[in-house]
Amino acid sequence: MEESAIIIENLTKKFEDKTAVEDLSLQVSKGELFGLLGPNGAGKTTAINILCGLIKPTSGTAKIYGYDVQKDAQKVKELIGVCIQETAIYPYLTGVENLALFGNLYAMNKKTIKERSNMLLTKMGLTEDAKRITAKYSGGMKRRLSLALALIHDPQIAFLDEPTVAMDPQSRHAVWDFIKEQKTKGKTIILTTHYMEEAEELCDRIGIIDHGKLIALGTPKELIAKNQVKNLEEVFIQLTGRNMREEL
Amino acid sequence: MKVQRVLALTKKEMMKTIREPAVLFMIFLFPIVFVFAFGASLGGFGGSQTATYQVGVVNLDLGGSQHWSQVFTNNLSNMTILKVNVYTDNQTAQSDLSQGKIQAVILIPASFSDSITSYNTAPNHPSQWVNTTVPLYLDKGSLVATQAIPPIFQQVLGGMLNQNQQTTQSPIQLQTASLVEVKQSSALDFIAPGMFTFASIFLIMMVAQSFTQDRENGMMKRIRISPTTPTEFMASQVISYMGIALIQATLVFAMTYAMGFKPAVGVPAYVFAFILVLVFSVSNVGFGLITASIAKSSSAATGLSFLFVLPQLFLGTFVGASLSGDAQIAGKFVPSYYVTDALTSVFLRGAPLGSVTILVDLAVVSVSCVAILAIGIVLYAKYYKI
Repeated sequence: MEESAIIIENLTKKFEDKTAVEDLSLQVSKGELFGLLGPNGAGKTTAINILCGLIKPTSGTAKIYGYDVQKDAQKVKELIGVCIQETAIYPYLTGVENLALFGNLYAMNKKTIKERSNMLLTKMGLTEDAKRITAKYSGGMKRRLSLALALIHDPQIAFLDEPTVAMDPQSRHAVWDFIKEQKTKGKTIILTTHYMEEAEELCDRIGIIDHGKLIALGTPKELIAKNQVKNLEEVFIQLTGRNMREEL
Repeated sequence: MKVQRVLALTKKEMMKTIREPAVLFMIFLFPIVFVFAFGASLGGFGGSQTATYQVGVVNLDLGGSQHWSQVFTNNLSNMTILKVNVYTDNQTAQSDLSQGKIQAVILIPASFSDSITSYNTAPNHPSQWVNTTVPLYLDKGSLVATQAIPPIFQQVLGGMLNQNQQTTQSPIQLQTASLVEVKQSSALDFIAPGMFTFASIFLIMMVAQSFTQDRENGMMKRIRISPTTPTEFMASQVISYMGIALIQATLVFAMTYAMGFKPAVGVPAYVFAFILVLVFSVSNVGFGLITASIAKSSSAATGLSFLFVLPQLFLGTFVGASLSGDAQIAGKFVPSYYVTDALTSVFLRGAPLGSVTILVDLAVVSVSCVAILAIGIVLYAKYYKI
């Protein structure tokens, strides 16, 4: 139990008459790269928002490194880094200024901010554009900077909510390499994605969530074997159905 | 509270102001252009030009030999800022006023000379005075006339009664008048205090847009995920916009000064003016937050912000004097009214900073600004977490 980075117990979140997350229980080990998959509106982002302290659960508890996400929210915020679904960067700041701002918000010293910024900009392939206003960045560059912002303070746990959306294959693979590197450093990563090959490539374990409930949990190989299909995409379709669920 | 976070967010907000063309225009260029255009049309450059107002005098004085009404008329004629037309009947004067030939009509009442005589006989015994009211009719369509002319009449009356500016008791009451020193004043002098207030009001729109935009693009969410506390965030916002207000006030002052606004007051008066504008900016942050709480999008915030901008603008700045009596009373419910009043008192009336009027204005502005900010924070926190 002590090795668990995240412990979720009977977590439920209701929005008026809609249950976004229902009785979710889950443990993620330290250093694990855990994939949270599910169709649109399945409750993935709601679950992550609860873990980040952005919204309160209706019932149940969630702990990160032993800290309750509601009661010890400040401590939890210092431990986690979140790459949110939106490409949230300040368009009127340069890449390096965005990183410096968030470094300061995490109370890092100047030297560390500079070192981390340089490293992240290099890893994300943004060094040449570091001093450009981000409003002029392409969509993929913005996503990469958004990921860098989430990790500026070298968090113990990273929540990456669809981090490679809108990226070209080269950028996507560069990000995958970076995520793998974080794992080798012992960081715990929670990844949500719609790219099944991404989940299969990166994740140690995968949880599939649908209608707010955890409907499958295991390593990619275990899930494929258990469902007697060829790949994770087929597991996903088999478990969540073929109907399109995009909310208009 | 970590100062490092507050300073980082403050710096970010200032960068936004400098780098976003729309923000830069609204906050800095718009007030400058406004002052330039308004000032040029009223007073020109260099402060050497003074406006001239056409006023009508209707003398209905019956007292004695009408000595004092003649003195009053002569004194008005001696004011270089006035061109006096004497009318024998009110009807003709009112007709000229309604046609825009003159900008004001003053009706010297029948008891005028008796009133002044009674005052001169017993200046320290108000109970023995013959009280009278001097009606003043102003061209409502003339912004300048409503601002500038009443104080001029009041000054001439005060001079006849040998009263200084702080004297409150007088047998003669001028309707709508206030005690203002107007020697060689240009129209710009009467407008300038309102300009200081005017510029800062548009912060409401900027704050509302800033909060709604950050909400829309996910930045507010990102800030909330970081260890930044709501107190640190709000402190950074207040400091940022106070800084912007200070820069605005400096620019407006520089512009008005260059155009001839040079009030004969000391450094403390200027310091007070800047402090007052800073305090006032807090209320604009509050109104901006209230707007952001109501608005669902940044474009909606722009429109909704005018719910607060326009009343502050029309009821509380130099525009207010040209409005109806009811509207002027309504002006007393907006903070900008007290800011303009205090600045006018300091710059034009030469009121001491410790005078009751100034202290009351400052107190009202301070209390209302803190209250509005508190309401803004509570509302915003209720509907959208900070």
